[in-house]
Amino acid sequence: MMLYDAFISPFAEFEFMRRALVGACTLAVGAAPIGVFLMLRRMSLVGDAMAHAILPGAAVGFLLSGLNIFAMTAGGLVAGFVVAVLAGLVARNTELKEDASLAVFFLISLALGVTIVSMRGTNIDLLHFLFGSVLALDNQTLILIAVNTTVTLFALALVFRPLVIECVDPNYLRSVSGIGAYAHLVFMALVVVNLVSGFHALGTLLAVGIMMVPAAIGRFWARDITTMIAVAITSGLVASYAGLLLSFHASVPAGPSVILVAAVLYALSVLFGRVGGLIHQIIPRRHLEA
Amino acid sequence: MTAQLRFSNLTLGYDRHPAVHHLEGEVQSGALIAVVGPNGAGKSTLFKGIVGALKPLAGRIDRNNMPARDIAYLPQAAEIDRTFPITVYDLVAMGLWHRTGSFGGIGHSDRDRIEAAIRAVGLTGFEQRAIGTLSGGQMQRMLFARLLLQDARVVVLDEPFTAIDAKTCADLLDLVKRWHGEGRTVLAALHDIDLVKANFPETLLLAREKVAWGETSRVLTPDNLLKARRMCEAFDEEASECVAETA
Repeated sequence: MMLYDAFISPFAEFEFMRRALVGACTLAVGAAPIGVFLMLRRMSLVGDAMAHAILPGAAVGFLLSGLNIFAMTAGGLVAGFVVAVLAGLVARNTELKEDASLAVFFLISLALGVTIVSMRGTNIDLLHFLFGSVLALDNQTLILIAVNTTVTLFALALVFRPLVIECVDPNYLRSVSGIGAYAHLVFMALVVVNLVSGFHALGTLLAVGIMMVPAAIGRFWARDITTMIAVAITSGLVASYAGLLLSFHASVPAGPSVILVAAVLYALSVLFGRVGGLIHQIIPRRHLEA
Repeated sequence: MTAQLRFSNLTLGYDRHPAVHHLEGEVQSGALIAVVGPNGAGKSTLFKGIVGALKPLAGRIDRNNMPARDIAYLPQAAEIDRTFPITVYDLVAMGLWHRTGSFGGIGHSDRDRIEAAIRAVGLTGFEQRAIGTLSGGQMQRMLFARLLLQDARVVVLDEPFTAIDAKTCADLLDLVKRWHGEGRTVLAALHDIDLVKANFPETLLLAREKVAWGETSRVLTPDNLLKARRMCEAFDEEASECVAETA
């Protein structure tokens, strides 16, 4: 019964824990594959910048109509899309290095967002914006997350092939088809959609965590992208479940503990990962015959 | 013989500076042409123009109503992300894009084609290797396999044999000849004059402007090569607007 108490009863007894589990797991299923593509396209920081960019948009929604999920979602989506398009334009049309402009950009967004939220809300509201409220997911938010994840998986299936080719050999894709630009747009839209989902559950600062940390874990265990996505989703699910348990038993905030568990999995992967893990590199093994 | 490509007063370049200047001429359907010239002569620029990656500054390229997918292009330094987790088999399979598109399935006959292409370039046994583990020569073989699958009427190869060993070069040259035998039009930028003389019936000697174009033995004369070598490489930042009209 000890095991039951430790691993199952928190979810069996408390509805908010069940909701949190459903929300976090649904989120992880959509966000992990997006994270894998962000990582493979060397856009990890872009995801981070976009997550921050969503903040002022959601904050404007909050300013206009309080903690209304639709207003905040709409604001976040609009801000996210605007930034996605602008970042793309800047990267394509100027000589400015992308990382520099992004660093500037997300600091501005964060400052702007925090200021706007503080104009109307309390410190509690601000914490909600920055770190989410995975333990207080209402029906509307859960449905929003579920819809976003469903859309993500379907859309990703549709653009999967051009997206992979664009990552490996963009010039080739350009020479055979004009679809690359559209695939990229769809992908950026999916990034925004998932960040908005993540924003509700984990807040601005941690939404990228459920996207990028599982993806980084996947890289240490797989040599092909399909397995990598499978590993990423699995670790996202494990982190959601174990993180919520940790938060329940140790009375620590839920969102951060989900990401912390993912971080532990990441550390283990860095050490023991089959593909490029440190232990594998350190332990000298005889070279093969051929 | 019909003209597959026709260049009329074609000028291609960057920031208004011409890299290919007032080029006139026709590429016949089924031709096997070597494009020769020093570095900076405009070979790559011309190829980018042919495949449509670069818009002409002036003049035009007439592709005889050929759809873009009928031109297969191997860039000089293919910008392939070699760290991307993808196998040789999957990368070669990209060559079937014109049949499969974004989500068309890859059936039995397609699998046979992919395997045949991998066999033709001598990479059998490497199908499940990650592309990051290939050597330079193997990489080039793999890209030729993808070109094979593209089944294009025009094949444009930008310095395909640079930094490639003799055996690989000979094998890939056989594929080029096979394409020629199948009636495809092949253009290849090359530096090895002996290789061109031995294998390419037609040559375009380029040094920003056309130095000579025609039968290889008449084009690659010491005189012409010297003329090409004298070409000034640097752009003149103060250059005035070009008013030459070759109608």
